[in-house]
Amino acid sequence: MRVLIKGGHVIDPKTNTNGIMDILVEDGIITEIGKDIEIPNGDIIYAEGKMVLPGLVDAHCHLRDPGFEYKEDIETGTMSAAMGGFTSIACMPNTDPVCDNEAIVKYIINKAKQDGFVNVYPIGAISKGQKGEELSEIGELKFAGAVAISDDGKPLKSSSLMKKALEYSSMFDIAVISHCEEMDIADGGVMNEGYWSTIMGLKGIPSAAEEIMVARDIILSEYTKVPVHIAHVSTELSIDLIRHAKKRGVKVTCETCPHYFVLIDEACSGFNTLAKVNPPLRTKKDVEAVIEGLKDGTIDMIATDHAPHHNDEKNVEFNLAANGMVGFETALPLAITYLVKPGHLTISQLVEKMCVNPSKLLGINKGTLEIGRSADITIIDINEEFVVDINNFKSKSKNSPFNGFKLNGSVYYTLVNGNAIVREKILL
Amino acid sequence: MALKSKDLLGLKDLTAEEIHYILNTAKTMKVILLSKNKKTPHLQGKSIITLFYENSTRTRLSFELASKYMSASAANISVASSSVAKGETLIDTGKTIDMMGADVIILRHSMSGAPHLLARNVNASVINAGDGMNEHPTQALLDMFTIIEKKGSLEGLKVAIIGDIYHSRVARSNIWGMTKLGAEVSVAGPSTLIPPELERTGVKVFNTVQEALIDADVVMGLRIQLERQKKGLFPSIREYSRFFGLDEKRLKLAKEDALILHPGPVNRGVELPSSVVDSDKSLINEQVTNGVAVRMALLYLLTRRDSDESIN
Repeated sequence: MRVLIKGGHVIDPKTNTNGIMDILVEDGIITEIGKDIEIPNGDIIYAEGKMVLPGLVDAHCHLRDPGFEYKEDIETGTMSAAMGGFTSIACMPNTDPVCDNEAIVKYIINKAKQDGFVNVYPIGAISKGQKGEELSEIGELKFAGAVAISDDGKPLKSSSLMKKALEYSSMFDIAVISHCEEMDIADGGVMNEGYWSTIMGLKGIPSAAEEIMVARDIILSEYTKVPVHIAHVSTELSIDLIRHAKKRGVKVTCETCPHYFVLIDEACSGFNTLAKVNPPLRTKKDVEAVIEGLKDGTIDMIATDHAPHHNDEKNVEFNLAANGMVGFETALPLAITYLVKPGHLTISQLVEKMCVNPSKLLGINKGTLEIGRSADITIIDINEEFVVDINNFKSKSKNSPFNGFKLNGSVYYTLVNGNAIVREKILL
Repeated sequence: MALKSKDLLGLKDLTAEEIHYILNTAKTMKVILLSKNKKTPHLQGKSIITLFYENSTRTRLSFELASKYMSASAANISVASSSVAKGETLIDTGKTIDMMGADVIILRHSMSGAPHLLARNVNASVINAGDGMNEHPTQALLDMFTIIEKKGSLEGLKVAIIGDIYHSRVARSNIWGMTKLGAEVSVAGPSTLIPPELERTGVKVFNTVQEALIDADVVMGLRIQLERQKKGLFPSIREYSRFFGLDEKRLKLAKEDALILHPGPVNRGVELPSSVVDSDKSLINEQVTNGVAVRMALLYLLTRRDSDESIN
């Protein structure tokens, strides 16, 4: 089976490719990249005027399967990912049961093989049941196929356990992803503490709640000499702390999410629960700092934190509403519209943040168009303008604060192992 | 004129004109309230439901009497706060009440924004009778009514609000309402009980009660909740009272004819000494009467938003 992608603008920072080229895929593998490739027969995709990128890699999403299939399952989650141009996604372990043992890891991998549209990589829990008490069987998680460990959604309260998690996991060379939130000071808050929480009479979460934990984890990483990855960074000081740590040579990496460079806490006004997320949407100066961090390389990658929730969990009192928003189907266009179009990042830099660096973190062989690699390819029109319509989402959940946003950047094709699962913007 | 919205969710959303309209209507209602035969047919055929998820004596009774004085059918529902998370959802409860023909649902809830959620999901008018730390618009309306009755207008008046501003929906509603009507609002309280960036609402924030009181025309004490002490927000009632209590000596900093208000219930000897509560300057009892008049006005205006008739 041959697929030829003709005439597209191929961007692959890993191989320093940036120009009009053809890509030949044979039996799911990239076999040739060059000018004017011809094939006698096979599937020809005409990509003139479009950009051909490595399939996007998401280091942080929630597929809700097992346990919360009413929000999302592996089938719908991977459909949504494919529509957004993602070909490899790593799902967080806060399922029910928690993904803290090899049985659940295998369940996810097997179900993804059966029902999944894209490559799915489970992330195991750091602690059993994400309770923050005892370490999970991290070695077994790794050998079952987990690509990282995290207690995402729940911070690891005990500094001692965090230190042990870093030390122990280093044996297995598996990434540790930390959700940074000091719960004492967050104290049941429901949005960023600041002007808008004052205005609405909602309990605020101080930015310090995130920053204290970022500082702690940097210190533990430096002390143990084990890398740590900070999830969903959202504040100016967090970014500054990471910048400083990197200068000291600490092996810290971090991600942010599109909502942290697009929205501010004001989005919660009118008690809009769609804008309720953890960490909460911050302020203008934080958004500027996130963009600056992306530009200067302090922030290594953009993750979606795709967090599907049922309407019944959002259409309630603000205090009771679930945290999070779906992200697969808006992440790339938001990045193009808010980072590439204004000139903060080149498209090549964006590919580093959405393909190369997440692959490196997870230790998976993805995020590049090298010859010999499996053909995970995303073809986009970065100029095409469209209006976000949640009713078009393939995700089971529609909890997006971006409905009605006018964005640039449409995903035309998503190829996984050489199979076009999205073709001319339609999921097959 | 008519009120723009079917609901009264907060004073943040009202125009100065709408506030004046409500307060002027309340003047007429007060005449009715003080007459011997406290019964008018204005709400005949209307059904008014109070839905309270928090305990309340005065606000609830005030609404209930306002409804009854105007011949509405009134009913009360109390839901224990503890069952909010596990029981029937607010929207389902609200829709049930709506379907039984309610014209107005008066909601008190421990969570900010609950009335907004209810209002979006029912046809009935929703009146916010206090939501979390957000707003308590009818309390602020009655406070403003009381002040205007004595001073003629809020324009240019200096108002000092003292106490736990952070948790106070009364303070928030008064800040919105009074600044809209041209008052200059100052607040003072322990710095742990002042919400961040409050100055951006246009009020002056002080850390000493003395600074806020200088030349004040109106002084409003807020109730201090004992449980805040356990959360470490201030060390003791004793220290609170020592630094923020509104005693006679401090009140001398205010204008001689300054009015004293308090939304009640008062912790005597904490926010205010009994001698101040019971003094001539104190309008605390007057506030209660005016509360009924203001609520009568609101119920009247909201139930005939579609007609041009006016009681004035």
